[in-house]
Amino acid sequence: MTFTRRKLMALGASAAAAALLPIRAFAAVEEVGAIADFTGGAAVGEGGITIDAPEIAENGNTVPISVSAPGAVEVRLYADGNPLPGVATFRFGPLSASQTASTRIRLAGSQNVVAVAKMADGSFMQASVPVKVTIGGCGG
Amino acid sequence: MANKVKPRVKVPSSASAGEAITIKTLISHQMESGQRKDSDGNVIPRSIINRFTAEFNGQTVIDVVLAPAISTNPYFEFEAVVPESGDFTFTWYDDTGDVYTETKSVEVS
Repeated sequence: MTFTRRKLMALGASAAAAALLPIRAFAAVEEVGAIADFTGGAAVGEGGITIDAPEIAENGNTVPISVSAPGAVEVRLYADGNPLPGVATFRFGPLSASQTASTRIRLAGSQNVVAVAKMADGSFMQASVPVKVTIGGCGG
Repeated sequence: MANKVKPRVKVPSSASAGEAITIKTLISHQMESGQRKDSDGNVIPRSIINRFTAEFNGQTVIDVVLAPAISTNPYFEFEAVVPESGDFTFTWYDDTGDVYTETKSVEVS
């Protein structure tokens, strides 16, 4: 078999891609995903979750959010108006004192912040709060 | 920017057994969302911390998956119970593959 220049280039390119692949696979990270992926189509109840967010956020780059979902094992936060709606997944371990967490998030504009919680019995609950954003926080 | 990453954690140094203690964590990180463009119109590639965990003596307190919608310098506040004296281990996982850890001891009286 003789190698033409083109073949060699193709070979080189695929070898480079193959070399990159394992690194990418290793670096595969979990994403927050869509609400439907989380609930698997199960019915989602309302209530049981408290979201603490400012009614009006002046700066969408850093909006303080606090979520409390007593009895939850996992809580996911979504911002439905963001280019990527998933915000964060919180999993509470055996040593968490309460199913409460606070963080700061980016909001592209005025929208609803949604929290979906998976309860210990496998059911799902959700809550949402509207947040008005004066200056959006996604750049671009 | 990865060289500027610096975790800061606030944990009470002592607690009573079974008491709920509040933990605050902050790590300096630019959390590049992958949505922004530079002055030439090219997308700035995403570079964020994608996971944060807090453990106490090997038992999970909280495990968080972060999306680009988490603000610069990711901040978390949560509550933990400490059954005995021991160490909290906080771990942040960067998109670049870097892992940052911080430990804090708690004395249970």
